Order: sequence, then structure tokens, then C-alpha cells
Amino acid sequence: MAYSEKVIEHYQKPQNVGSFGASSDVKERSDIGVGIVGAPECGDVMQLQIKVDEAGKIEDAKFKCFGCGSAIASSSLATEWIKGRTVDEALAIKNTEIVEELALPPVKIHCSVLAEDSIRTAINDWKKKNGHEVEDDHHHH
Amino acid sequence: MTAQDTTIYFDHASTTPCDQRVVDAMLPYFTSIYGNSSSRNHAYGWEAENGVDTARSQVADLLGAQPKEIIFTSGATESNNIAIKGAARMYAKAPSGSENRGHIITAVHEHKAVIDPCRRLEREGFDVTFLEPGSDGIITSEMVKDALRDDTILVSIMWANNELGTINEIPCIGKICKEHGAVFHTDATQWVGKLPTDVEADNIDLLSLSAHKMYGPKGVGALYVRRRRPRVRLEAIQDGGGHERGFRSGTLNVSSIVGLGAACAIAKQEMEAEGERLRGLRDKLENELMSRLEVVEVNGHREHRLPHMTNISFGFVEGESLMMGIKNIACSSGSACTSASLEPSYVLKALGVGDELAHSSLRLSLGRNTTEAEVDEAIEGIAAAVEHLRAMSPLFDLWKEGVDISKIEWQSH
Repeated sequence: MAYSEKVIEHYQKPQNVGSFGASSDVKERSDIGVGIVGAPECGDVMQLQIKVDEAGKIEDAKFKCFGCGSAIASSSLATEWIKGRTVDEALAIKNTEIVEELALPPVKIHCSVLAEDSIRTAINDWKKKNGHEVEDDHHHH
Repeated sequence: MTAQDTTIYFDHASTTPCDQRVVDAMLPYFTSIYGNSSSRNHAYGWEAENGVDTARSQVADLLGAQPKEIIFTSGATESNNIAIKGAARMYAKAPSGSENRGHIITAVHEHKAVIDPCRRLEREGFDVTFLEPGSDGIITSEMVKDALRDDTILVSIMWANNELGTINEIPCIGKICKEHGAVFHTDATQWVGKLPTDVEADNIDLLSLSAHKMYGPKGVGALYVRRRRPRVRLEAIQDGGGHERGFRSGTLNVSSIVGLGAACAIAKQEMEAEGERLRGLRDKLENELMSRLEVVEVNGHREHRLPHMTNISFGFVEGESLMMGIKNIACSSGSACTSASLEPSYVLKALGVGDELAHSSLRLSLGRNTTEAEVDEAIEGIAAAVEHLRAMSPLFDLWKEGVDISKIEWQSH
């Protein structure tokens, strides 16, 4: 299939690849939220780590992704978009915005859903660690 | 500029370029020798018929068959349909519309052009057993023997698998079917022209082949139909002018048939040397990748397989994204994302390799024009792309941390 220029750019030069430490280490840190979504047998796994300051602003974000080009691009784009936003602003990001920005074809929409889920899961993880109320996970797919 | 100028072609199991010698043999049949080979009463027809006769002998010669046993078709899909539906309906134990019309044996990792006709026959009252291969991908004669029943009328087992290149135990399976009195069909699309065939010694009753997998044109193939010991009968699917002994009505595609014949003649001459050369290149490709990268696995039996192809999985990277990283190499993947159905390869699943390794697989198939320089370039390109993707793979990190990925509870979606 033919990918959009933007997907190819993210694939070749993914933004914010990495992590703030091994999963066992970051588990203990209250300034880090971790979201791991997807499954290897489904062909995509996204891991998003966010570093949040005391005011609830996302200072930094890192991702790792096992998946197709669209999945990599969606997670790379997600890190770009959430950096500098508050957690509530980040929660407002919709998968449809990712679809639009990357010009994803219909068969790749699930990649954008996964990216949205990874943001929500990482923020909820941070909220739980810091005693904030967690909104119900909406399962909209 | 075409793809040929920029992209290495490692997808010969999908299709091959037409050999120039094949094209040269075909060309006169478009504009000079254009008669209908069925026109018995003028020179145009005789010339065309001569071309078809020569091709029929060339195909028969490659198979160890008699020319009269070769039926020309539009390709292996049609050959499979004529063979499987034709034999089942001819040898049915009960008339159309009833149940228990007879038993058919095939395998779960056959090509869809075998599986789907068998599925249709199931709906028509036949009982079909789909054998499961071992983890090496091979259907053994023991598996077939154990599945045979008193009412087994047809066995269809491919010679070499199109995704794995693995070779089933065809001569032995043919022998068992003969002893049992069941018609034996083999889809030999990937095999013919690569390794030697002898329909007599191998006890084959029906054999499908395609020209475009062996440097011939697309849209033409053949079905071998045994004529003696025993004479195999088929109920035709397509009715009409009674061409091809009534098995396949329709004006013969003379130019393409001539091309198929030429392709067979070339294969007979060259396949042994070509196979050895490609085996060397394929082994280099595999061995280099396996020595440079961790967690690389060849899918299917390492020995009993075609010499020119490999199906290889690179753990912790997804096949479609890997193919994005090797844009200059044309190949196939078992990844769900590369298939229309969004399901990972059913062939790899049949081996029990686990869905994640299916998602991580590439099929690389070399061919007549492949050079060592291309193999070297592919090794560099694939290794670099795998490393690029592993640097961003959470699964690779977990593996390095010593976490058993299969034990994690994934939040599946």
C-alpha cells in the first residue's frame, strides 16, 4: 500500500523513541506514567511513557512500538502532540485527529485508536500513582 | 524509470519475468502464425496446431508424461479447479443433491485455489479432511495413510508450499494413493521447473502447473491427466467446443501455450545448474542474516524445501514495517498488515509458529536473474532495517530484560 509522506517521515525519523528506564524501574516512579497497549499476536504493541510535572504538565514523552508503519507514525505523532500539554489537554486528543494528520487509510484506523489508548493508559497510570481520580476507560471500539 | 531500475526482485515465488527466449518463441504467433489451432482445413490452422503440438511435447517431456496427457488451461488455479471438482464429481459415490458423496483429503496450508474448491465440494455433499502439517510444514505419507478411508476418492496435496518452499512426501503419497485406489492430484505450481518430475515413477494422476512461475507468460498453465494405468476421468467444468479432450473447451491461447512450452524446454535444460546456484545464494542470504542478527528463525523444514526461497522471521519486528524499511527489495510477508484479510498468514499459523512470528516473517524468493551483488545488497538492507525497528521495539527491550513475552497479559484490542 502507498503511505502518505508524513507516515514515511515518521517511519524514517521517528520522534521521541526511547524510554525513561526499564519497565521494572519506572513502575516505582510517581512522575512517570506508562501505557502499554496492543498485543504481539495482533501485530502491534505500543509503549508510551510520559514524564509529568507537579502541575500535571507532560514535560517529556517517549515511545516504543512494534507494528506497521502507521502504528509507528501514530505513536511518534502522539508523543509530539502531548509534550508540553497538561494531562487533561492530552486526554482530549482524538484518534480521528491522528487519522487526519497522517492521512491514514480506513484499514489503518486501528493504529490511531491504539495511539489514543496508549495516551489514556499512560495518563491513568500516572493519575493512579499520584492519587488522582481516574475517569472510566471508555471502550469506544 | 520502472521498478526494475530501482528495486531488487526477490518475489519469484509470486511470479517470474518472462525469459527473453520465451518471448522470442511467442512473438510470431501474434502476427504471423495467428490461426486457430482448431481450424483443420487450412494452413493457418495447421501452423498454429504445430506450435501447440510442440508445446504439448515440451510440457510432457518436463513431466515424464505423454503429450496427449497434457491439457492447456489459463493457469494453475483453473487446473486445480478442473482436477479437484472434476475428479470428485466424476468419482462421486452418490448423485448430486445427496450426502456422503465421497471422502477427499487435502491440507490446511494448501493454496486457496485448492482449499476453496474443496470447501465448495463440502457444500455439495463431499466429506473433506484437512490434514495439519508438522511444525516443519511437511505433509508426510503417514499422515495421508492414516486419513484414508474406504470412501476416499481423491487426495490433493501440493508438491511444494508456496509460502514456505517446503516439499511434501509426494512420491510416497502417490504410491499410497495408488495402492488405495484414490485419485492423486498435486498442485505442483512451485515445484515444476525447479526440481525433476516423473509422473510415472511418482504415481501422480493429476498435476497442476503454471507458466508464469517458471519464466513463462502469465495466464497460461497446464493440467496433466493420466491416460493409462489407470485412465483418470473428469467431469468438465466448462462446456463448449470440446477442446482439450473435452476437459477444457475454449479456443486455445496459442501464443501463450507456445511460451509455456518454451519455458518448460528451458527449465529442463537449466534447472539443475540454476537450482544449485540459487541454493548457494539463498544459503548465503540466510546464513549472513542469522549470523548478524539475534532471534532470526527460518520457518519450515531446512532441508526438504525448494532451493531458491526462504521464509524467515525476525523476532520483535513487524513484517509490514520491515518491508517499508527495505523499499528497494520486492518481497512478501506473512504479516497481517500486508494481507487483504488483516489476518496473519494461515500457512505460518498451520505450523504453530505463533502469530507474532508470522507477523515478523518475510518470504524471499530468488530467481534466474538474481546476482550475488543483489544478495549482498539485500543482506545489508534487511539487517539495517531490522536494527532500525528493533531500536524502537518494546518487545525487543522486554526480551533483552529476560521477560517471557508469551507470559505477559496483553491488553488486546
